[in-house]
Amino acid sequence: MYPLMLTVNGTVHDVEIDPRRSLLDLVRETLGLKGPKKGCDHGQCGACTMIVNGRRINSCLSLAVTHEGDTVITVEGLSEAGELHPLQQAFIDKDALQCGFCTPGQLCSAAALVDEIREGLPSVVTGEVGVAMTNEEIRERMSGNLCRCGAYNNIVEAIRTVSGDKR
Amino acid sequence: MKPFDYQRLETPEHLGHVEAGRFLGGGTNLIDLMKHQIETPDVLVDVTRAGMDRIEERGDAVLIGSQVSNTDLASHPLIRRDYPVLSSALLSGATQQLRNKATTGGNLLQRTRCQYFYDTARACNKREPGSGCDALDGLNRFHAILGASENCIAVHPSDMAVAMAALGAVVVTRKRDGTEGRIPVTELHRLPGDRPDLDHVLDEGELIVAVELPASPPRLQSYRKVRDRSSYAFAVVSAAIALDLEDGHMRNLRIALGGVAHKPWRATKAEAMLEGKMPEAALFMEALEQEMADAEGHGHNDFKKILAPRVVVAMLRELTGLGGN
Ligand SMILES: Cc1cc2nc3c(=O)[nH]c(=O)nc-3n(C[C@H](O)[C@H](O)[C@H](O)COP(=O)(O)OP(=O)(O)OC[C@H]3O[C@@H](n4cnc5c(N)ncnc54)[C@H](O)[C@@H]3O)c2cc1C
Ligand code: SF4
Ligand code: FES
Ligand code: FES
Repeated sequence: MYPLMLTVNGTVHDVEIDPRRSLLDLVRETLGLKGPKKGCDHGQCGACTMIVNGRRINSCLSLAVTHEGDTVITVEGLSEAGELHPLQQAFIDKDALQCGFCTPGQLCSAAALVDEIREGLPSVVTGEVGVAMTNEEIRERMSGNLCRCGAYNNIVEAIRTVSGDKR
Repeated sequence: MKPFDYQRLETPEHLGHVEAGRFLGGGTNLIDLMKHQIETPDVLVDVTRAGMDRIEERGDAVLIGSQVSNTDLASHPLIRRDYPVLSSALLSGATQQLRNKATTGGNLLQRTRCQYFYDTARACNKREPGSGCDALDGLNRFHAILGASENCIAVHPSDMAVAMAALGAVVVTRKRDGTEGRIPVTELHRLPGDRPDLDHVLDEGELIVAVELPASPPRLQSYRKVRDRSSYAFAVVSAAIALDLEDGHMRNLRIALGGVAHKPWRATKAEAMLEGKMPEAALFMEALEQEMADAEGHGHNDFKKILAPRVVVAMLRELTGLGGN
């Protein structure tokens, strides 16, 4: 067992863990936050997406023990003071889900995406100058989040609403 | 997953002081393989906090720390400006979540995606030496056409490494006894021969510290990836090209192919035929056909013998301003 201290959604946790435990299992099983989902457990579906130190990652492929001192945000940590995150509201308004299994991952991914665009991080469809929030750009940047129900069109629309681009 | 000891490397200089074991970078490949029990290390040495996470501009080279994430490398202003082929290769691989975690060193040493390597119920010489190769007569659409052997026809899956091969990058390593190694990216990976279980030439416990990109790369660069979906899919065939045009002549031309071999494949025969010449479509095709002279398909991947040259010719036409396709 190894000691680990990390901050999840603003709360500091001090735990002893088996080094084999993934960050996803730590958050779901040890800390009891059931928002992040285990879709594939192999880095393929994005259902387990969390934001770690400001960057979204697949928490199923990350050993918890490597996250000493890190700051983790899960879907439970997106809302502030009881107010839904604008993306959460947009997902409701635009009907961007059916069964909802992929939604926690989609939301964390989309929240990080908005920051990445603000930072000017390029994607493979981005041209030389600035990032425009076109459908193509959003689809490329969200390609790591699969939705078995196929709610993709509405997911893209919800994200576009929040990014303020109406194209 | 099999139990293991977990250790952290504080700095590359401490390498001799930690237990010998497998290095853990972003873990996006190694942890996956450990879950499948295809990799079963007794000791994991986490190298993500060993201070190898900077991109430095030296006079004659750009030094990329081995822990620099694929995202940070792809979006670095210097890389986007002077080494766009590398940025675009990185961005065409995996997803944002994976690129945020994946490291430069780990990306280079990621293992093949051959489906029989992943399926522990099937014969695979790479996973279990001497067991055979189910890909030879199996679904080998993704497999190698160049440099393969009757023991293994797997390909190296990295996009980044293909761009680095075209840029003449050098891998800087540190061995357990403290000596430094310098290996051109093109010589880092082995051809399968009769030891497909060995992917690369590094010694046991040899750490990748950095990758060096020579300064003043060729001005014209491009990466193209042919894949089954427009996003989030491994390459069927990919190519990275770098060259200069001086008075209408092609100079410093380098062509590297992905998805065709056990390593990023430098098309040296084609390069030699084209270096110093004026761009000409027929000549491009002739050079690439020469490169493919020894190519061998295994059924489902025969099409790569036609696809790979066409991809390169189309890119060369575009880069040299011949246009059309
Ligand atoms: C679903 C999915 C899709 C993907 N799609 C693509 C794609 O389209 N294109 C592509 O190129 N890649 C793709 N990848 C692969 C991805 O790029 C690699 O998993 C990643 O680059 C590996 O980096 P890492 O730091 O996570 O390596 P790790 O998993 O940490 O390590 C990989 C190997 O490198 C060794 N290693 C790590 N660091 C060092 C070091 N400093 N010195 C010596 N050895 C070291 C480890 O011991 C291990 O053997 C995909 C992966 C997944 C899961
Ligand atoms: S091609 Fe190589 S990796 Fe794939 S099954 Fe054959 S031996 Fe294994
Ligand atoms: S559960 Fe992590 S990517 Fe699918
Ligand atoms: S809403 Fe069901 S998987 Fe996306």
